[in-house]
Amino acid sequence: MGGIPHDHYEPKSKFTKAVNGRLPIISLLYDTIMAPTPKNLNWMWIWGIVLTFTLVLQIVTGVVLAMHYTPHVDMAFASVEHIMRDVNGGHMIRYFHMNGASLFFLAVYAHIFRGLYYGSYKAPREITWIIGMLIYILMMGAGFMGYVLPWGQMSFHGTAVITGLFGAIPFVGESLQTLLLGAGAVGQPALNRFFSLHYLLPFIIAGLVIVHIWAFHSTGNNNPTGVEVRRTSKEDAEKDTLPFWPYFVIKDLFALAVILAVFMAVVGFMPNYLGHPDNYIPANPLATPAHIVPEWYFLPFYAILRAFTADVWVVQIVNFLSFGIIDAKFFGVLAMFGAIVVMGLAPWLDTSSVRSGRFRPMFKWWFALLVIDFIVLMWVGARPAEYPYDLISLIGAAYWFAYFLVILPVLGVIEKPLPTPATIEDDFNAHYGPKDGGSATTPAE
Amino acid sequence: MFRKLTLAAVLAVTAVTANAASEAHVEDFDFSFEGPFGSFDQNQLQRGLKIYTEICSACHGLELVAFRNLHDEGGPALPEDQVRAYAENYEVFDQALFDGEGDFRAATPADKFPGSAVSNAPDLSLMAKARAGFHGPYGTGINQFLKGMGGPEYIASLMTGYVDPPECAPEDFDGSYNSAFASGGYPDECKYEDGSHKYPGSWIAMGQPLWGDDVDFDDGHANDLESAAQDVAAFLMWTAEPKMMARKQAGLTGVLFLIILSVLLYLTNKRLWAPHKKKH
Amino acid sequence: MSNADDHQGTRRDFIYYATAGAGAVVTGAAVWPLVNQMNPSADVLALASIRVDVSAIDPGTQITVLWQGKPVFIRNRTEEEIAEARAVDVSSLPDADANNENIGAAPATDENRSLDAEGKWLVQMGVCTHLGCVPLGDEGDFGGWFCPCHGSHYDTAGRIRKGPAPRNLPVPVAAFVDETTIELG
Repeated sequence: MGGIPHDHYEPKSKFTKAVNGRLPIISLLYDTIMAPTPKNLNWMWIWGIVLTFTLVLQIVTGVVLAMHYTPHVDMAFASVEHIMRDVNGGHMIRYFHMNGASLFFLAVYAHIFRGLYYGSYKAPREITWIIGMLIYILMMGAGFMGYVLPWGQMSFHGTAVITGLFGAIPFVGESLQTLLLGAGAVGQPALNRFFSLHYLLPFIIAGLVIVHIWAFHSTGNNNPTGVEVRRTSKEDAEKDTLPFWPYFVIKDLFALAVILAVFMAVVGFMPNYLGHPDNYIPANPLATPAHIVPEWYFLPFYAILRAFTADVWVVQIVNFLSFGIIDAKFFGVLAMFGAIVVMGLAPWLDTSSVRSGRFRPMFKWWFALLVIDFIVLMWVGARPAEYPYDLISLIGAAYWFAYFLVILPVLGVIEKPLPTPATIEDDFNAHYGPKDGGSATTPAE
Repeated sequence: MFRKLTLAAVLAVTAVTANAASEAHVEDFDFSFEGPFGSFDQNQLQRGLKIYTEICSACHGLELVAFRNLHDEGGPALPEDQVRAYAENYEVFDQALFDGEGDFRAATPADKFPGSAVSNAPDLSLMAKARAGFHGPYGTGINQFLKGMGGPEYIASLMTGYVDPPECAPEDFDGSYNSAFASGGYPDECKYEDGSHKYPGSWIAMGQPLWGDDVDFDDGHANDLESAAQDVAAFLMWTAEPKMMARKQAGLTGVLFLIILSVLLYLTNKRLWAPHKKKH
Repeated sequence: MSNADDHQGTRRDFIYYATAGAGAVVTGAAVWPLVNQMNPSADVLALASIRVDVSAIDPGTQITVLWQGKPVFIRNRTEEEIAEARAVDVSSLPDADANNENIGAAPATDENRSLDAEGKWLVQMGVCTHLGCVPLGDEGDFGGWFCPCHGSHYDTAGRIRKGPAPRNLPVPVAAFVDETTIELG
């Protein structure tokens, strides 16, 4: 795993020898679970297990819900209420699925920001990063299509808005939108195909997750110092690492249990807090809700989409230069997808020779600002599109792009990083070694 | 790093707890079912059912609720024979009757309440979840976190919100002035230059349904406007979320289970890592 | 190995067993609802039993109601039909069991098949016990029902007399809940 020298699985019994000789699945599973993992991983490394658990949760509850749901415009809303009222335990299963989506996105944002801070995207982990971005995009697709299925007011009108974005693409937009919807507007064809795709996407995500794990097992995990595990010898590697099972499985399960306790409290006591009341009104194509808002996890991108109105000078310049082909609406669409693209390009935009933000004093502030920017964009995405929110979203969007396109490239050149520890073992001992007697020292941030 | 960020975020959020001025006045009534340990008051639900039956059902349907649900535990929990008698007062159209042509027959407990009799009277089954009584402040979601979504509070406020219209309003303006209703008509005479409203609320199409003393209760319970408003709001919370009690119980059990599991996993983790965190 | 070491061993292991046990309990508690949701939902269970008003059924006539997706014959029998059924020698019947869910295994006497002591009311599944067709009333050689699919003849108590059907028409769980109402199921 990752070129880190370590013992490999050796089948001992007749049975394991026979099976493994024919299909080396036992050694594959064994070596995966026993992978040498940097021993200094902190609590920001637990999100992977949360994501894996939540994917399984969504698939299991989703398959169960699909046993009772009817994807027809006249019956969808009532079938969801049938689940809530008549199906044994249906109300809990529905609320788990609904809030599970939120947990999924909360975890993925924590996971991504961990990667951004500790430089997990930097060489040699670029492919892991790109696969992660693909998983994230598929998650957004699955979440978007899932929200349509209850066929409430927000389901319908939110879908109308977002599929309308495809219509903004010059030349091919309208045909593309018609292809997507199977009709001129959101209706039965859209509902049916979104149901099919909503069922499909999580399995594609699961496949990508396996490749994602394969990728970071091939390079080895990153760790809070950004210093690589020693590969000089097995003994040195063992000083820097511990096997994933049991040390990190148990640590991850502990974190998962805590997070699930909070999740259970949300599901049990405030299951509709993150949702929108309008979705408890059956869809009415003729009555548009006062404020169309997507689910919270789409809000930052929704803010970026809406920020670029026709009066913004950048939009006006681009419109002029493109002979009117790129209008404000299309610009917003490009900005929205562009925001994810620039994040995906981080491995090549970040010029720093130091991986982890822990040792990058200037970077820390800009990164903190990025996190705040993300939260501000999330907040402003739900506000009405008027002053001062339009200005705030524009500034927020501008910073997002500036961070990736300007700050990351420049910082690597002008920043003077702090000295990094020589080895992971040194870093770990600084926290837990015999000199400080255990827990008193503040960790080097 | 992340610890510092989270702390800063929490401090920022708790500092901004002031109530923003809302477009409609929703009072934070206390309901017995609020909070993790709240529960429906069976008698209140029965009173609410009576109010719905005698007043609201004239126009508003309840088509997601089945008559048998009135017998379910955690709700009004009427005895089976009373449910059957109640259902028999209603008629449902059965396509299977009259050799497939369909005919009306008396409803059985297995049937659902009828839909709304009046086309612009919304069905009330989910009304308590389809409206948020509390907002903000300024879109931060803090009010809803602390006080709940406010659906039943909104309904009760709407019932008690039929107050005298402001002086500026013309006599014949369509609808009735209601201080809790935000999405109705509003006369230009009561707006400022920039179009913003001078007074909270707006004019609702529904005439005042409750005045106080509308329904008599067998046990002599108070039937003034405020009590009746809360009773019917509580009943509608039940129609929207009949499984609320089961959900909270499952939530409590789950949280306790998981706390115990967390503690055990914490201790296991500590035991496991101890040799590696001591001298080497 | 001293006693102290043994105790160390069990103390160390206890937390692991306790955690694994707690984990198993939580997992089980999570899995059970996922299986139970496939059991009949409340609306299906609500139709598990229905009430039928029989006041409009004249003697010598029957109605057919749909219950749990299957036809049920409810017949108000005349004196002659009752007498005819009671005159039959049970030992000569192809199926000597009453096939009545309300009483379990019993001889196929007319008294064991009718709903009331008088014998006026006969309630049975309208599904031929051969291959499932719906038999026709007031037909056949025995004054009862005749199944046109393969020629099974049932008598006035719904018992198979001639033809390929192996069992008497099943009598489902049924009872009078008041003067004019029968509850099925």
